[in-house]
Amino acid sequence: MDAILFLLFAGVAVLCGINLVLQTHPISSALSLVGVMGALALIYLQLGGEFIAMAQLIVYAGAVMVLFVFVIMLLNEGKERKVHRKLWVRWAGAPLLFAFVAMMSAIVVRILPPSEGVTFGKMTQGTAQAVGTKLFTIYLLPFEVTSVLILIAIIGAIVLASKEVD
Amino acid sequence: MPPLPQLSLSGVVPFNWYLILSVILFALGVAGFLFRRNIITVFMSIELMLNAVNLTFISFSYKMNQNDGHIFSFFVMVVAAAEAAVGLAIILTVFKNRQTLEIDEVSSLKN
Amino acid sequence: MTGSIPYLVIALIKTLLVVAVVMHVLAYLQWVERKVIAHVQLRVGPRRVGPHGLLQPLADVIKLITKEGMIPSHVNKVFYFLAPFLAVVFALIPMSLIPFGGDITVFGVHTSMQVTDVSVGILLVLGLSGMGVYGVALAGWASNNKYSLMGGLRSSAQMISYELPMAMAIAAPLLMLNTLSFRGMVDGQAGFYFGVIPKWIIFQYPFPQVVSFILFIVAGFAETNRVPFDLPEAENELVAGFHTEYSSMQFAAFFMAEYANMMTVSAIATILFLGGWHPLWPAEYGSKFLPSLIFAASGLICFSHGFSPARPFDRITLPVFGVIFLGIAGIFLIPVAQTFLLPIFWFGGKTGAILFVFIWVRATLPRFRYDQLMRFAWTFLFPVAIVNLFITGLLVALS
Repeated sequence: MDAILFLLFAGVAVLCGINLVLQTHPISSALSLVGVMGALALIYLQLGGEFIAMAQLIVYAGAVMVLFVFVIMLLNEGKERKVHRKLWVRWAGAPLLFAFVAMMSAIVVRILPPSEGVTFGKMTQGTAQAVGTKLFTIYLLPFEVTSVLILIAIIGAIVLASKEVD
Repeated sequence: MPPLPQLSLSGVVPFNWYLILSVILFALGVAGFLFRRNIITVFMSIELMLNAVNLTFISFSYKMNQNDGHIFSFFVMVVAAAEAAVGLAIILTVFKNRQTLEIDEVSSLKN
Repeated sequence: MTGSIPYLVIALIKTLLVVAVVMHVLAYLQWVERKVIAHVQLRVGPRRVGPHGLLQPLADVIKLITKEGMIPSHVNKVFYFLAPFLAVVFALIPMSLIPFGGDITVFGVHTSMQVTDVSVGILLVLGLSGMGVYGVALAGWASNNKYSLMGGLRSSAQMISYELPMAMAIAAPLLMLNTLSFRGMVDGQAGFYFGVIPKWIIFQYPFPQVVSFILFIVAGFAETNRVPFDLPEAENELVAGFHTEYSSMQFAAFFMAEYANMMTVSAIATILFLGGWHPLWPAEYGSKFLPSLIFAASGLICFSHGFSPARPFDRITLPVFGVIFLGIAGIFLIPVAQTFLLPIFWFGGKTGAILFVFIWVRATLPRFRYDQLMRFAWTFLFPVAIVNLFITGLLVALS
């Protein structure tokens, strides 16, 4: 049952990823990316990370991607223009990509020692309480630094987006 | 090369499959980054790469049964959100000045 | 694994029950809204289709299904059809997380009156309400119409802006409850102070969360695009906003999504602030007989009005309603049925009270202008929410 669910969510993620690269209109790409993030949130749930799955849903799929969708709708540029590339470039792209994936997968499979599989429920440290305790005791400094970082990003975005061109 | 893990009847997922999924998503992100011309799609491919890296963090955090990977992944998400905000503001400014979203047109620093 | 097959069957039965009840309540919520607004405005409301207009939702559904579904040209067909789906799906999923009552034993099966108890339930509901923005934004954009686009973008910006005070208003009682699952939240509000005052969060010891409750309700009004925050979708502003170009079943889908969002916000407010399905005073002082009393009183009022009705048709319908209400009062007296009917009564009563406030405000208040709305969120609600969270944290840490 776990394997069927993993294959289903992984298939959705890969299909949405391929859709993101192949679609010409940016809003289709944005919605495919939302699909990838949703599928990844479900995979994080299977890996026992319930807090991080919800954070992915709230922060990434529910806020960052909404920002992307807003900007695409506001600018309203339409589909991409078809680009003319040389023949050998067009024919070498996909095989090189496959070669890259195959090489990285081979490295990953060889380097890691064989371990037992992933069962749902074995990881118990992913609850909000466990993550929150560590976040506020051991990782307190990065937490405060990232909050200052977000403040700087907010101020920067407001200044950039409101500057009037004379 | 060691044999690929078999799909056993009890349905337990081999651990390597999560890392291979992460590799595939990262490669798709690289493909989108290199092949697309619309600047927002390029930015979204960067977000896809960041998501693939998050998946790797959480898989390894499962393997070691610690939640430090979850916390790293949380910080990656937060930094990606800040970067998306500032990056989109820059894209809006570029659009206001050049009226185009293609990365080949924004090339006035080239010879 | 042998124990999981009955679990699937039980879960399926519970899901079917919740779907049936929720769909009917959605349809009749519209009837209640029209009747209440009508009576506030000193008129009667629907009364032709069935006794007192009770079959009006059925007539509306038949009208919407048989209406000609027009698809304007030059719309992006994929997103035009996808947007109502997204709106409805993300509005209805939270209904599967809400506990309607405690643990019950029906026909020897021990289960809880909740389809599933996710351990991070409240975060999932927050995430799903964030995803509900996509339905609205896509609907506005796919309609290829500048009024719809402006309405869609304004509505989505409003929903995102009010998510922040809502999340902070949810975080304050969570500091006192120490749990994220709905079952845990309701269990943390059981019991009574001095044997009389219920331990609901709005009355609880370190800091009664009245401010959080009001913040949550106000943010809930804005999240669901209800008056006084419904500028992006009102009929006389922006030509009905993001759902201008939709007709028949897709328009019905958006309406269903709005009412489902309203129900979700009311249910979450009940669980988080008003103690879920716990009664207002303890059972030893007779709170078990309150539903029977209310229904018996309504039955007697119907009978007494039935003897001198305002309209001749009511000489038949009002006594029938009286008999039905007295029957329901009798059912509430059976001890076997009381174990699962009483929690549903209290939960439904509290949620219904909040829904009544939603409808009452719609009949009473004028709407905000868009810039007033956004300024209200960012310069008033958000600082108040932060200060409230800070004070709650301080008092919880000190006690």
